[in-house]
Amino acid sequence: MTAPLQSGVDGFLARYEAIRASLPGDPRQRDAAADAFRRSGLPGAAAGRRVEAWKYTSLRPLADSSFVQPVTPVAGASALLDRLPDIEAPRIVFVDGEFNPELSALPEAIGFERFASRAEFGILARPDSEPLVALNTMLTQDGALLTVPKGVDAGLVVLVNAATDRAACHPRHVVRLAAGSRMTLLELSLGEGSYLHNPVFEVLVAEDAVLTHVRLQNESPTAFHLSTLYAEVDARGTYDSFALNLGARLARTEAHVRFTGPSGIAHLNGAQLLRDSQHADFTTVVKHDAPSCSSRQTVKNVLADRAQGVFQGRIEVARGAQKTDGYQMNQALLLSPDAEIDTKPELEIFADDVKCSHGATVGELDSDQLFYLRSRGIPDAEARSMLIHAFLAEGLNAVTNETLRGVLDRAVEGWWERRAA
Amino acid sequence: MLEIRGLSAAIEDKPILQGVDLTVPQGEVHAIMGPNGSGKSTLAYVLSGREDYVVTGGTATFDGHDLLAMAPEERAATGVFLAFQYPVELPGVGNANFLRTALNAQRRSRGESELDAVQFLKMARTETKRLEMPDDMLRRNVNVGFSGGEKKRNEVLQMAILRPRLAILDETDSGLDIDALRIVADGVNALRGPDFSALVITHYQRLLEHIVPDRVHVLAGGRIVRSGGPELAHELEAKGYAGMVAEAV
Repeated sequence: MTAPLQSGVDGFLARYEAIRASLPGDPRQRDAAADAFRRSGLPGAAAGRRVEAWKYTSLRPLADSSFVQPVTPVAGASALLDRLPDIEAPRIVFVDGEFNPELSALPEAIGFERFASRAEFGILARPDSEPLVALNTMLTQDGALLTVPKGVDAGLVVLVNAATDRAACHPRHVVRLAAGSRMTLLELSLGEGSYLHNPVFEVLVAEDAVLTHVRLQNESPTAFHLSTLYAEVDARGTYDSFALNLGARLARTEAHVRFTGPSGIAHLNGAQLLRDSQHADFTTVVKHDAPSCSSRQTVKNVLADRAQGVFQGRIEVARGAQKTDGYQMNQALLLSPDAEIDTKPELEIFADDVKCSHGATVGELDSDQLFYLRSRGIPDAEARSMLIHAFLAEGLNAVTNETLRGVLDRAVEGWWERRAA
Repeated sequence: MLEIRGLSAAIEDKPILQGVDLTVPQGEVHAIMGPNGSGKSTLAYVLSGREDYVVTGGTATFDGHDLLAMAPEERAATGVFLAFQYPVELPGVGNANFLRTALNAQRRSRGESELDAVQFLKMARTETKRLEMPDDMLRRNVNVGFSGGEKKRNEVLQMAILRPRLAILDETDSGLDIDALRIVADGVNALRGPDFSALVITHYQRLLEHIVPDRVHVLAGGRIVRSGGPELAHELEAKGYAGMVAEAV
């Protein structure tokens, strides 16, 4: 059964009232989230408060959209999955926010549970300060709870979030790596039509554990993709992420990472390729609450037509976090005079023996490089394409797993071909 | 044959070339010498199609093709090659991929078949060996982290692979030690033949001991002020540009 909804904050709240009794988990947490969401509204929308964290991104288009109740999709979903990269790996598939066992091939080496049955909201997410997390907490119905046991190398696991037209999905995923364990998680977001993906991730990396998280956001060009991730990295642990954002009319990839033990490593790298009037926001907060940790961020933006890219990067170094090494670089290539990049780096440092730096570059293609290529006989359009690829390759080189690098390269090629078409 | 008649060019309204006349017959190597600021590099850029320069008069044809009407890539496909004075770094572009893309683009525009990766690498390795370049030069990004000498050698490698019919060498000798100079000169000499001409732009006579030119021209104030045989280079070395230019005016 499908029921049209009111749009905006009222629409989401009405939906909550309608299904509240049937939702899994502690209703008090849901009610608190609903209160927070009612207070905050959607940033940028008429009734929403103006907040610094949403300075460059307005959720007004989301507030003006309405969605239908997620229905268990029969047709459509399997066709969507034909577009998935052909990789030999366990696969956990969510369609319209609900786990789909038929399309999944569960991993054996690690624990898997559904949020729908376990209903743990986790300990890191902050519905009180993040409107989208409040929205997710209020309406989430399902998600993956992945646990990698101590010392286990889980290899590659694929997590798919697929959606169909007019769906509003709020998956709640938790990924826990016990001490000394490893996993490579390929996260794919895709869909058909106008829908909302509003996932919340909680990632816990214990001592000496390594999570490699490669995220390919290839949503439909009329979709909303608003993702919030919280991660904690304990002593000598590594959270190594790369997000490639290609799709959605409006996207935000927000990550909050906190070091809880010494000598941890966090990489929050990414690339955004945008065109038409796409808007993609890459927002990160890294909290160095332990000494000798290193955080690295390089985000590359290729912006065509009227596209807008946003980078907000915040590094907080606590008083005791000596020997912190923080690095942040945001680079944008503007392919059109109407494209825009907004960059806001913030450093907040309370320790005295730290190395922190940030930088940003904005530019067009380099005319010396272009002439050099053309003088060798490479036609103008091909030379431009080579330079754009080269700019991106420098970012994609952060992905060292060859299989995953191949997946991202092919996604970039696909973007390029659609653009040429 | 390269024929330049009354060529004038300016950058940002500042005239640089002021009526250059020059003919390089097929199969010949000509040297252009001249003081700093005389327009040597401008001539090289104008002939290869750099857009910052505005041609304000005259003509330049190569084998009857109107060079000035062609895009840089079309000139390259016709056989014109510029060895840059300051080769450009291309981070993120592998040298082998760059060379193969360039070669195949030229071959395509001439209606020839493209080389696959294996055919290309075989050919490229032969050339790197001849130029005494390490193999990893092909794997590295174009000119990134190359020393000055390596960059110049990489220009000659490109020339050896692209096999132009007219090479313009813009101060290829600058920044080279004597061994590198010999290697670079050998690379150019290896291409010499009835179907290869070159315009060797240099500030010093040194390079011309290794690449012996058929003719030497002196460019000063945006014009060719003297032309002669290889002995002209020695005369320049003895008298200096000041004396030569004063005599010519």
